Amino acid sequence: MLGHLSKFIDKIIIIIFLSVVPFSVFAEEEKINLIETNWSFNGLFGTFDRASLQRGYQVYREVCSGCHSVQHLSYRNLSEKGGPEFSIEEAKIIASQFEVEDGPNNDGEMFMRPGRLSDKFVKPYPNVEASTSANDGAYPPDMSVLAKARAGGADYIYSLLLGYGETPTGFELDDGVYYNKYMPGKKIKMSEPISDGIVEYSDGTNPTKEQISKDITAFLVWASEPHLEEQHKMGFKVIIYLILLITLVYMSKQKVWARFGSKTEEDEETFDKVERAVTKYEGEDPKTFK
Amino acid sequence: MSETKYIPKSKLGQWFDSRLPLLTLSHHLKEYPTPKNLNYWWTFGGILTFCLITQIITGLVLAMHYVAHVDHAFESIEHIMRDVNYGWLIRYVHSNGASMFFLAVYIHIFRALFYGSYKAPREVIWIIGLLIYILMMATAFMGYVLPWGQMSFWGATVITNLFSAIPFIGESVTTWLWGGYSVDNPTLNRFYSLHYLLPFLIFGLVILHIWALHVPGNNNPIGIDVKKNSNETMPFHPYMVMKDLLALLLFITIFLWFVFFAPNVLGHPDNYIEANPLVTPAHIVPEWYLLPFYAILRAIPSKLGGVIFMFSAIFILMLLPWLDTSKVRSAIFRPIYKKFFWVLVFVVILLGYLGAKPPDGIYLILSRLGTAYYFIHFLVILPVLGRYEKTDPLPQSISDPVLDKPGMLDKFKKAAAKYEGENVGSFK
Repeated sequence: MLGHLSKFIDKIIIIIFLSVVPFSVFAEEEKINLIETNWSFNGLFGTFDRASLQRGYQVYREVCSGCHSVQHLSYRNLSEKGGPEFSIEEAKIIASQFEVEDGPNNDGEMFMRPGRLSDKFVKPYPNVEASTSANDGAYPPDMSVLAKARAGGADYIYSLLLGYGETPTGFELDDGVYYNKYMPGKKIKMSEPISDGIVEYSDGTNPTKEQISKDITAFLVWASEPHLEEQHKMGFKVIIYLILLITLVYMSKQKVWARFGSKTEEDEETFDKVERAVTKYEGEDPKTFK
Repeated sequence: MSETKYIPKSKLGQWFDSRLPLLTLSHHLKEYPTPKNLNYWWTFGGILTFCLITQIITGLVLAMHYVAHVDHAFESIEHIMRDVNYGWLIRYVHSNGASMFFLAVYIHIFRALFYGSYKAPREVIWIIGLLIYILMMATAFMGYVLPWGQMSFWGATVITNLFSAIPFIGESVTTWLWGGYSVDNPTLNRFYSLHYLLPFLIFGLVILHIWALHVPGNNNPIGIDVKKNSNETMPFHPYMVMKDLLALLLFITIFLWFVFFAPNVLGHPDNYIEANPLVTPAHIVPEWYLLPFYAILRAIPSKLGGVIFMFSAIFILMLLPWLDTSKVRSAIFRPIYKKFFWVLVFVVILLGYLGAKPPDGIYLILSRLGTAYYFIHFLVILPVLGRYEKTDPLPQSISDPVLDKPGMLDKFKKAAAKYEGENVGSFK
């Protein structure tokens, strides 16, 4: 029966080939190659670099959070497993640095209080309209799932942050629009956010433009997929389990089918043998057989 | 249901079975005779049943946390992904499950096309299967709208707008579908309601599909009728159960590989941007499994024409048992049909690719050629082939060992015996 299974797999390979042909034939489109980085969170065993995520949070806090919200993150997430893993105390201090609107109180008034672990990240603007008008008509997108909302994901974000440069001659830009070779259309309304030394890292890491971009990118990937590490770990165990189970089921199946006797398979073997023997003596054409 | 009459062993069993023959049914399912030469392409029926049940169970849990409101839908998905225990797993199984469901159904359909499983006496199985497929597409489409991302919203807008192409009543129909004058909260609510309902209709149709299958029994790779209760068939349990289980586990491995290691590659990144009626995405594309039909839709220059062709592309399959006039079922014995079959596979995949591309230039030309070929295959090639194709001789039974060279074994054996003796085992 392995014969049947392998024939079946052959067919699948042909079909995959057939489906790939049209894609490769027409892949002539002009594409800007993103900067490819060997991210620690990619791959089967990918995990985040804690220190990088913690620095990434700092970059978010000091550079991005002026305009960009991350409304689906809560302060408690900062101390959860698989993330930056600040200690609970550190996360509490971070939360308490923000003023959160709460209420109404017993008098029916809304009031401000320091943030708690359970609060969502405080947004820079109360609503989309406010953020749009404060940024000359360009809405700074919420960054909670940004890494999943852009083709290219982490590589795209990293490339974009480093993609600013001299405007090529003949390329026209309006006021308040910047050249970025990785942005679709090459125009972006965000001015270059990151420069060497824009943040100061307390762990002694050299805050180059590349390092800062790397840290914030890792932070954003974690923000959009906070369970990524758990996902990878569980996935690996599940696949191993399945491989073992498949082996056992395959052997049981062989055993069960042996009861019936795999006639066709045997017959095919017989046929091959006989055919080989005959062609040795009488040639390949059955019509000339004596 | 041709086996010998089943009588439960216990008195209680007999009492119950004479009132509701559930025991007879389960006996039938166990003993159901299946042709012994079924290959692995025949395991997808079981795989599809698994897919449906997985979707229903994961969907049930998601529905406990999802909020069908334009202001909260996107947020509630993020709540599921972040805060619900294993919510990310359940959602990724559900969203990738839809893709896997279609992957399996396409293999299942093309298997039927190759081996002529739609031909008499199995036309009803085929038609019920197509109804299931149509409901699947409707369910998947509405499910894709629920996260209320950009592709959800704009996909819903494009597809519901198609109905406005219907002459005279189109506008009213569209307004009726939307529950307003654009895709909005009422639309989301009814899509959610229907997305919950349709899987159960599919479930009902699946029962009919299997019932209709159990009347004539399975087709098989050779495509000739098997003699029931002979050594050509084997009981469903444990033989097919074990084989189906093995195939299912292989399928699940691929499925879960996507879930854990590439859960978003089959979706569109834009659907992680919350729906915004004021911003149209650069390219509005449906999920991959609807792309061939989307390509056909856009290949036709008029909107109404596009809609007619798109729906015809599906409904033409209903007529397939009568369009294909060849008496021979399996493509193994139809040398010319076999070639056209692979051309069709290629064209459908090509149309799928073109559906994801902007409809201009070379893409549009190819879409038109592909669309034309799709219809020519069913309306011209199949009827003509049935009449003129010279098919290979069919074996007497599925036990005929040399299936593509009937009668050859004996001839070979005789010739070989002269040189190496009767015992095949001792051959050099």
